[in-house]
Amino acid sequence: MKLDTSGLESAAPVWGAPSELVGGFSAAPSFELPNTTDFDVFQKEAVKMVKPAKGTTTLAFIFKEGVMVAADSRASMGGYISSQSVKKIIEINPYMLGTMAGGAADCQFWHRNLGIKCRLHELANKRRISVTGASKLLANILYSYRGMGLSVGTMIAGWDETGPGLYYVDSEGGRLKGMRFSVGSGSPYAYGVLDNGYRYDMSIEEAAELARRAIYHATFRDGASGGVASVYYVGPNGWKKLSGDDVGELHYKYYPVIPSTVEQEMVEVAGA
Amino acid sequence: MARYDRAITVFSPDGHLFQVEYALEAVRKGNAAVGVRGTDIVVLGVEKKSTAKLQDSRSVRKIVNLDDHIALACAGLKADARVLINRARIECQSHRLTVEDPVTVEYITRYIAGLQQKYTQSGGVRPFGLSTLIVGFDPYSGVPSLYQTDPSGTFSAWKANATGRNSNSIREFLEKNYKETSGRETIKLAIRALLEVVESGGKNIEVAVMTKENGLRQLDEAEIDAIAAEIEAEKEAAEAAKKAPPKET
Repeated sequence: MKLDTSGLESAAPVWGAPSELVGGFSAAPSFELPNTTDFDVFQKEAVKMVKPAKGTTTLAFIFKEGVMVAADSRASMGGYISSQSVKKIIEINPYMLGTMAGGAADCQFWHRNLGIKCRLHELANKRRISVTGASKLLANILYSYRGMGLSVGTMIAGWDETGPGLYYVDSEGGRLKGMRFSVGSGSPYAYGVLDNGYRYDMSIEEAAELARRAIYHATFRDGASGGVASVYYVGPNGWKKLSGDDVGELHYKYYPVIPSTVEQEMVEVAGA
Repeated sequence: MARYDRAITVFSPDGHLFQVEYALEAVRKGNAAVGVRGTDIVVLGVEKKSTAKLQDSRSVRKIVNLDDHIALACAGLKADARVLINRARIECQSHRLTVEDPVTVEYITRYIAGLQQKYTQSGGVRPFGLSTLIVGFDPYSGVPSLYQTDPSGTFSAWKANATGRNSNSIREFLEKNYKETSGRETIKLAIRALLEVVESGGKNIEVAVMTKENGLRQLDEAEIDAIAAEIEAEKEAAEAAKKAPPKET
């Protein structure tokens, strides 16, 4: 009897899919290979060339009251800042958020696709999908496209029957459960502030301020992060956007300019 | 009418799918099976034909596990049952793999019923000739459930139900005597229902109970005999009470 592995089937499109009844393995997705002597090296170089550096800073952490999610809003193409107002926190459904790092189109499309799957699960099973389940669905999809150039580094944050949930999922097919994550080129700077200031029993305001400061510090040092620091909170009643502050203004809030006496003043030289 | 037997994809002029109805006939010839839902326990009982002397009775288990918290009993073609049970067991594990959660009873019932329906709408195949009784506990809320599927692919939830031979009489008995029970009372009700159509004795029935904490447990002959004896005693006491003229007026 052929194993029924429909639950593990690849989500990537397949030509000539076998009859449903006979239910066998679907052929692995593939495309034409170029003529090279050493395909592995070629593939590595191609990926390096194409792979957009995940120029962004996103972070999320679980604390006593729920999950705090924050991100910057800059999109860059190499040295060119293409936008300062990108929504990097994606609302999958009223009680789950996803963050965007990597390819913007990839993240947006697959998060939306995940939202559809979550809704279908609700309709079929008369109960909301868990954060564990949703993150697993996304991870399985991304794994089936492994090696085909998707660039997604996302965190799925939500609140379900078991309480707050936070998972990191990426386009290599990895999926990690955790209490604190930061993803993107600015993440080392964000981790520094986040890990230093984190306590499990913070209030919502304290946690929001920690998230905001961590994003700000990352945008200060990382050229690929900037724009607006958005902070969202996920609680038992779903998510809520708490703030969206321009990081330039945050800078002067944290480090206000103190007017001081000038030592030397420049004066107009009398016409010679 | 004979013309519409051939391929099941064809409706008869009066709207029947004859192959499905013939499959239901096969079910009606199968061993009686009964399921009862209690508040904290679910019980499955199946009529057991006397085993041949040389047969190893342990290899003909009629009540099987689909997962730690779900069990199934069926009436009809046993070979079809084996195939369906294998597919259902794989689906239970596949579900655990894709969403890291055990299946709910409703989900796996829907899957089995969907599978049964698929085989009523394809060319070159015949329907599965069995009806199933599926019991289990919801992995989170701990609520017990009992579901039934049939060869047409329909399914629904029940407080108590029977399928297979003489299922109508058993169901009538259950309708008259069902009440919310728990623990041993539920087991007694299931055995009483089954004994309506089966000769009494632990040799002729197979009973299994499922609780949230302990999963599926097959009752051994001695236990069944003890409960059957209790039931007999209660019946005789009830008869005696009826016959004796009432002393007070």
